[in-house]
Amino acid sequence: MTLDHSSQKKTPFYDIHLSKKAKIVDFIGWAMPVQYSGIIEEVNYTRQKATIFDVSHMGEILVEGEGAEKFLQRVLSNDITKIGLSKAQYTLLCNYDGGVIDDLLVYKLADNKFWLVVNASNKDKDFEWLVKEKNEKEVEIKDESDLYGQIALQGPSAKNILKELLKDKGVGRELLDDLGYFEFIGAELFRSNSKVIISRTGYTGEDGFEIYMPWEEGVEAWIKLEKLGEKYDLKPAGLGARDVLRLEASLPLYGHELSEEFSPLEAGLTPFVRLNTSFIGKEALEKQKEEGLNRKLIGFVMDGRRVPRQGYELCLDDNKVGEVTSGSFSPTLEKPIGMGYVTSEVALVGGEIEVKIRKSHEKAKIVKTPFYRRG
Amino acid sequence: MVRTRPDLSYTKEHEWVKVEDGKAYVGITYYAQEQLGDIVFVELPEVDDDFSRDEEVCVVESVKAVADIYAPISGTIEEVNEKLLDNPEIVNSDPYGEGWLFMMSISDEGELNDLLTAEEYEKILEEEGEG
Repeated sequence: MTLDHSSQKKTPFYDIHLSKKAKIVDFIGWAMPVQYSGIIEEVNYTRQKATIFDVSHMGEILVEGEGAEKFLQRVLSNDITKIGLSKAQYTLLCNYDGGVIDDLLVYKLADNKFWLVVNASNKDKDFEWLVKEKNEKEVEIKDESDLYGQIALQGPSAKNILKELLKDKGVGRELLDDLGYFEFIGAELFRSNSKVIISRTGYTGEDGFEIYMPWEEGVEAWIKLEKLGEKYDLKPAGLGARDVLRLEASLPLYGHELSEEFSPLEAGLTPFVRLNTSFIGKEALEKQKEEGLNRKLIGFVMDGRRVPRQGYELCLDDNKVGEVTSGSFSPTLEKPIGMGYVTSEVALVGGEIEVKIRKSHEKAKIVKTPFYRRG
Repeated sequence: MVRTRPDLSYTKEHEWVKVEDGKAYVGITYYAQEQLGDIVFVELPEVDDDFSRDEEVCVVESVKAVADIYAPISGTIEEVNEKLLDNPEIVNSDPYGEGWLFMMSISDEGELNDLLTAEEYEKILEEEGEG
């Protein structure tokens, strides 16, 4: 007998996950693999070799038309005019108070054609916001989430595995060497006349790629990648490892470090907030910048072995100064690590704080982030 | 690995109890460690501390979760498995053996009758959809 996932949405890879005995959990309505062999092993594999993740639950929203760039410049915090063709950009969708509705990647597919890759948990909210805010003419917004499956191939061997796949398809292997971080290519990878997008992006702190393919080509893509990856020791990894990897790389996660309660400035995302452009939320953020930030996001490492968790209090001399937003045992550092918001005067690298874990106050030290940077 | 052992007793909170020479050894079940995933920290109780049945005794933490461990019976902690302080992963690899958590005296023999047999515990797992 297996768990009943009949009411949940399934990605193209659901049967593959089952056949590999992945532990499946409900992730905002999706039946997703949280782990295969174990989170620690999967994290180590990603850092040392390569792993393949199913991230098909992510949403894709197409924005196209003559007014597309103008519209996106007005709703997104980064400067969209700085994205070249076939490049991607990290950006934030803010509300009028400067709170974060979502963080996302914009792909510039053509001059008037952009793809927003958004968090699964926020996809419907984003789509509704975009439609509501659209007043430019000639902008079409389409939710394409159900058309595309997505695989993340991450780790030091990712490029070599992908090269084999491209070689097989007669696509120049050198393309990948020339492909910069946050750049992408379109290729006919699995079926003819079917475009697949390969971008040099990811959420693990490793070199890696995200591959978007038509939903119905997903299984072919996964099987092919796994087969070519055999000699590189490619293994599947689940959302559990993905969360630990992104925390080690200090990448914010919506619902943890980001929400409508926090501003991108407090989250330390200033480089992605272009106050010289005009966008929704700008006035609130400018004001916040002028007045100074009350709280800031920090990273900390624990002294002991106890693991900080979201919602635990951060204290200084027994007084609450903030709250943990994410925490985990880091297999790479072999220590518990966490991120959280604290009052600005406390947010100094090298500072000692405490994490309240049940009745005890466990020592932690504020450190420079990211916790892990690939060498 | 075996999911349940017929010679042990169980609680519906996924602890196991093994009575030996009038003392009770306690650990978490195969199912519990599997649900938790990689265990990275075990907080052990203090020797000589008294607990009533269902009272929280200690905590087992994995990479992604925290589990409270409850006293399956009333009694006093007589010994703890200190090996777990440096090697908490033993709970994953050998939950019914080297991964035991603590040993306690039995203050009320009658409470042992309220524990579940392996068969009854298996039924609970099936009801949870893990049969």
